[in-house]
Amino acid sequence: MAVVWIPALMRDLTGGQEQVSAPGKTVGEVIVALDEAFPGIKGRLCVGEQIDPALAVFVDGKIVRLGLLASVGNDSEIRFLPAIAGG
Amino acid sequence: MSAKRHATQPFHVVGTRPPRYDGADKVTGRALYGPDISLPGLLHGKVLRSPHAHARILSIDTSRAEALPGVYGVVTAQDLPETEDQTARDHVLASDKALYVGHSIAAVAASTLHIAEQAAQIIEVEYEVLPAVVDVMEAIKDSAPLLHETMKTRSLAGESQTPSNIASHLQHVKGDPAKGFAEAADDGVIVEREFRTAMAHQGYIEPHAATAEWSTDGHLTVYTTTQGTFSIRGHLAELLNLRLSQVRVVPTEVGGAFGGKNDGYIDVATALLARKTGQPVKIVMTRAEVFLATGPAPGAFIRVKMGATHDGRITAAQAELYYEAGAYPGAFVGAAANVIFGPYDIPHGQIDGYDVVVNKPKTATYRAPCAPPVCFAAEQVIDELAEKIGLDPLEFRIRNCAKEGTRQVNGSAHTDIGCYEVLKAARGHPHYSAPLEGPHRGRGVAQTYWGNWGAQSSCTVSVNADGTVSLITGSVDLSGTRTSLAMQAAEVLGLTLEQVKPSVGDTDSVGYADTSAGSRTTVATGIAVARAAQDVIAQMSARAALLWDVPADTVAFHQGAFTAGQDADKRFSFAELAARLSETGGPVTGVGNVDVREWGASFGTHIVDVEVDPETGQVTILRYTAVQDVGKAIHPGHVEGQMVGGVVQGIGLALYEGYVYDQEGQLLNPTLLDYKLPTALDAPPVETVIVEVPYPKHPFGARGVGETPIVPPPAAIANAIYRAVGVRMDQIPMTPARILKKMGVI
Amino acid sequence: MTSKTVVSATINGERVEFLCEPHQSLLECLRDILGLTGTKEGCNDGNCGACSVLLDGRLVNSCLVLGVEVEGRTVTTVEGLADWRGLHPIQQAFIEEDALQCGFCTPGILIATKALLDREPDPSEERIRTWLAGNLCRCTGYEVIVRAVRSAAARLAQPGEEVAR
Repeated sequence: MAVVWIPALMRDLTGGQEQVSAPGKTVGEVIVALDEAFPGIKGRLCVGEQIDPALAVFVDGKIVRLGLLASVGNDSEIRFLPAIAGG
Repeated sequence: MSAKRHATQPFHVVGTRPPRYDGADKVTGRALYGPDISLPGLLHGKVLRSPHAHARILSIDTSRAEALPGVYGVVTAQDLPETEDQTARDHVLASDKALYVGHSIAAVAASTLHIAEQAAQIIEVEYEVLPAVVDVMEAIKDSAPLLHETMKTRSLAGESQTPSNIASHLQHVKGDPAKGFAEAADDGVIVEREFRTAMAHQGYIEPHAATAEWSTDGHLTVYTTTQGTFSIRGHLAELLNLRLSQVRVVPTEVGGAFGGKNDGYIDVATALLARKTGQPVKIVMTRAEVFLATGPAPGAFIRVKMGATHDGRITAAQAELYYEAGAYPGAFVGAAANVIFGPYDIPHGQIDGYDVVVNKPKTATYRAPCAPPVCFAAEQVIDELAEKIGLDPLEFRIRNCAKEGTRQVNGSAHTDIGCYEVLKAARGHPHYSAPLEGPHRGRGVAQTYWGNWGAQSSCTVSVNADGTVSLITGSVDLSGTRTSLAMQAAEVLGLTLEQVKPSVGDTDSVGYADTSAGSRTTVATGIAVARAAQDVIAQMSARAALLWDVPADTVAFHQGAFTAGQDADKRFSFAELAARLSETGGPVTGVGNVDVREWGASFGTHIVDVEVDPETGQVTILRYTAVQDVGKAIHPGHVEGQMVGGVVQGIGLALYEGYVYDQEGQLLNPTLLDYKLPTALDAPPVETVIVEVPYPKHPFGARGVGETPIVPPPAAIANAIYRAVGVRMDQIPMTPARILKKMGVI
Repeated sequence: MTSKTVVSATINGERVEFLCEPHQSLLECLRDILGLTGTKEGCNDGNCGACSVLLDGRLVNSCLVLGVEVEGRTVTTVEGLADWRGLHPIQQAFIEEDALQCGFCTPGILIATKALLDREPDPSEERIRTWLAGNLCRCTGYEVIVRAVRSAAARLAQPGEEVAR
């Protein structure tokens, strides 16, 4: 089961939990599983059928480009952060 | 290829200080920058800009301008095809609203620049002037005029219900801040302060310049001053509705960028005029236009509260960050939120960040975007905590410093960082313990970190018959990366630097590269270079195998030579084998592509001694030391150059630089006289200390270094001013008038 | 359109004639009429020094001089520093000390340096910084530039460099 760090503004959906486990082989599957356990999560993270472009998805500390299709391992850690670059 | 292995081997090129490739052309005036480009039949373009900070555009009548002798064409937003992103189109040519003084309204091409300027002045625009809002804390009020009437606040809490100038809200929470502050209130100290920082400009001496030319079969070529040729290609293709392969962007030498030349401001208008007139068109911005209508760094309002126990342990940290996005959303508030408490181990924390639109130019990145303001804020609060607890400022930082695995308030864990090493080097530096005597003198410190962005690059290495190689990347060279990349190629290939010829290709001649920004080039493109060089070695090994009739996997490459086993006869130098390529299968071209998906970190700690004149408020910097973890200095001279250059820009932010707006949104200081950049008299000598904690993701351990040094100076100088004259500065720039006011002198 | 004036001047040692309008600056004439793009425009109002040239040996901002004003006078730009002997010692010093990054301010600074060293062969660091205060550099933080000027002064003081450069 992947460990998902819930962004602060979404903890109202998870009853305040900062960290939640969910099954799935891809980021998309994990989000779907999260949404079943905590309805509304998918709507906050996604715009249509894609991750909100304002968000960067990190799996095990690395930014993923494949969005919902990015693969996730058994003990992966998933994080959602504002997307940024440099100057 | 791991950095640890390389760190123990002596390098033959990496770590040396060769002269830069571009030096000869630059000292002779031969180097061609954007404004230097000329083509046969060239027309000169001029942009008409809004005189109002906020207005509805009711009509634009270009007929008088078009009729002026010498005018070949005029364009407006009407000339842009319909595309999805209305914002991107409106930014380059406004359609229904002007959102800041200087907003592009129309553009003219004429036979001379003087005629184009005259023509622009007789374009008739009817405006309905609207109230403007230029202060970020005014803009967040319900009563504020709305720039985008339907825009609502985006956040992970779901979209807000009512339209607002707050484009987005982010929040990070770690642990239980209330608990952390209660602990500090019980048995420690709490400090809470508010700070304001001004909008500032990157201050590149070369203005934006673009020259566009179309072929008769619909291919566009644009010569432009940019950090990212592929970004500009994408920008042009999107807004002009072209295939990417129809657009060729050719990089010119860049006369300074610092994050302000990632985006296109005049390229679309130039291309539109060139298409309309059928002739090449060039637009060069004036200095005033650069100030008014490019992408400055946002000002901010920042509130910081931190608590610590009496024995010097931080228990909680909290911040609210309000950044000016300018006319359209997109300030890098997320970056500010990462940096603000990043160098510390914070058990309980909360950060709220707001991206707020105001009637000012759309802000863009400036060397560690959004970081100097939060460092100015947090490092002063840290300083005050240390003072109240009675701990030495660096000692307090060391006790609470981030280490391997430390989780930040945003939840990410630090890995492979040199925070402690840098603090330790600063504390042990002679500057820190040198006596500082005399009235109104003080010493301040500040630390920060910034990362290297990573992202995508391509590289091609072609082998010449004499054993020299050409190295082409798409990474625009802003300050010396063509040399540092060539050094990395030479190192891998066992060549001398003279045997490697680097160049920066245009978008037709090389694979994709993300813009040269975010301190990424030496690191990420360096990885691509190493890969391309390894590809060359693999291909040439196969040729050696062919010539020796041995299996390819028995061929080794070491210290510039190919060998197979112990056989002394089986040895080719790189040059010897290069001479045999045409008879063994043809040319060898190595390719390296990379997408670096991790954010590396470069920590910096600065020490500064200042003297404040109690009558004039002038600050003199007596001594400045910058310590930074650079991983591995590929070219130490270039690294030192980044550190000194960044520090002096930071001094500019600290003491001199800031946009001044009136209530109507008119910029009062769009000149280099009234927006003061540090001169040779203002810049102190800067001692640089390079710390090397190798970055494992890079073949030689290098970290991106360019941005970190601009971040600490405002904070370090503010902390020094406090010790010099006992006042806490809560605004930058810390002008003499503001210092005297704080001191109660005026 | 106002009628143009013929201007005759000596530019980088060569007798040159060009046509310009009365309102065109020397900077514009050098860059757009004579094709000498080494001299740069950073602000066009005398505040950055990127357009520095020598006018009869004197340091000026060419954006503040009119083209017609150089009639009968001599102008030296960055393109005139190197000669048949190769790069000028000042140029060599800047390369050796790596006293540039983007290079945009470099032509103006080289010219300003020549103006200084022509008058004061051994300036102190403070004197160098004061002299160069009219030339903005945004990349280097000036440290390496000061070093290069001192190095250039040392080179010019060597025997063999007496032939005027």
